[in-house]
Amino acid sequence: MSGETTNETWEEIVVRVLKANEVSLVTYVPDNVLSRLIRLIEADPFFTVVAPAREEEAVAIVTGAYMAGKRGIALMQTSGFATIVNALASLACPFQIPLLLMISERGTLGEFQQGQAIVCRTMRPVLQSLGIEHFAIQERAHVEFVVDGMVRQAFATQAPAALILSPLLTKRAA
Amino acid sequence: MSNIEPNVTRDGAVLLNRTALTRRLVAKLKSEEAVVAGIGHTNFDLWASGQRPQNFYMLGSMGLATPIALGVAIAQPQRKVFALDGDGSILMQLGSFGTVASVAPKNLAIIIWDNGAYHITGAQKTLTSSTVDLVEMAKGAGLKQAQWAADEEHFDALVGRAFTEDGPWLIVAKIDQTKPAGVTERDPVKIRLNFMNGLKASA
Repeated sequence: MSGETTNETWEEIVVRVLKANEVSLVTYVPDNVLSRLIRLIEADPFFTVVAPAREEEAVAIVTGAYMAGKRGIALMQTSGFATIVNALASLACPFQIPLLLMISERGTLGEFQQGQAIVCRTMRPVLQSLGIEHFAIQERAHVEFVVDGMVRQAFATQAPAALILSPLLTKRAA
Repeated sequence: MSNIEPNVTRDGAVLLNRTALTRRLVAKLKSEEAVVAGIGHTNFDLWASGQRPQNFYMLGSMGLATPIALGVAIAQPQRKVFALDGDGSILMQLGSFGTVASVAPKNLAIIIWDNGAYHITGAQKTLTSSTVDLVEMAKGAGLKQAQWAADEEHFDALVGRAFTEDGPWLIVAKIDQTKPAGVTERDPVKIRLNFMNGLKASA
């Protein structure tokens, strides 16, 4: 993989790394922070894109596709993550599914909605108590290494993984 | 084929039996079709009908049989995929009707067993026992090929169409409240590996 990525946005790096790892199914419930990434993915014929009504569906579609031989990732925001706990605990974890989650982190570093700030604080304790590998990406320079490493590890170890997009990556002026 | 399109409503559908219908479905499978069964009595009866490696038995994630089956159908468009689920389960994830309609997989058929009750937890009533008609909701979500099974023969005819004509299909059978014919062995990793071997999948 090329190390010369200085002009790429974080979204472009994510797209490139997903393609390099043959992650070709993307399911999402949208978020403003994810909007440019979603546009790039929808414009690229490499990807099959499904936008269901709820995050649980997004997780289940990726799970079904994995069991039938296709790699996928589910995109959502923090409050959406809070709705999938039962699906993680009863489907992704016990069935040992390499379910990739990309979660745009709301509720911290400048949040204006109290509900987002409160639900945000549940995310890491839930991931920890379920034993799910997770990492918050804060810098564009780390995107390629972290995404590539977590995707490869998820499939190598048949375990779900959560890639958290920190506001330090997505909101801070470059 | 006048028996295929009767104008059957929930009230007009004959009360059928899930164990018998599951066995009729399985008997029609040629070998390669994937079957994803939702929690509880739905997958107990699939288990009791013979453990094919192309069967997936969901444990716990109530409401997600249809989206799991949709994922299978997307990944393997050449394989017929059946989702089996109960009324209580699908009521939790009605948005999935719209998701399936918008993706429009030709190879997916959803079969719902509707007994109007959460049978496994003590037969408390579900919404379908009062006002909710799952076929009408599915049609409203864009699943045009959604029908009540009028009786066993009509169920067979609808399943036959799902084999030979493009989907997505939704078949709802009004069923009685008899117990399933067995209980699924709850070993998640074994279930997944058997299913992936049955689908010849690796990712």
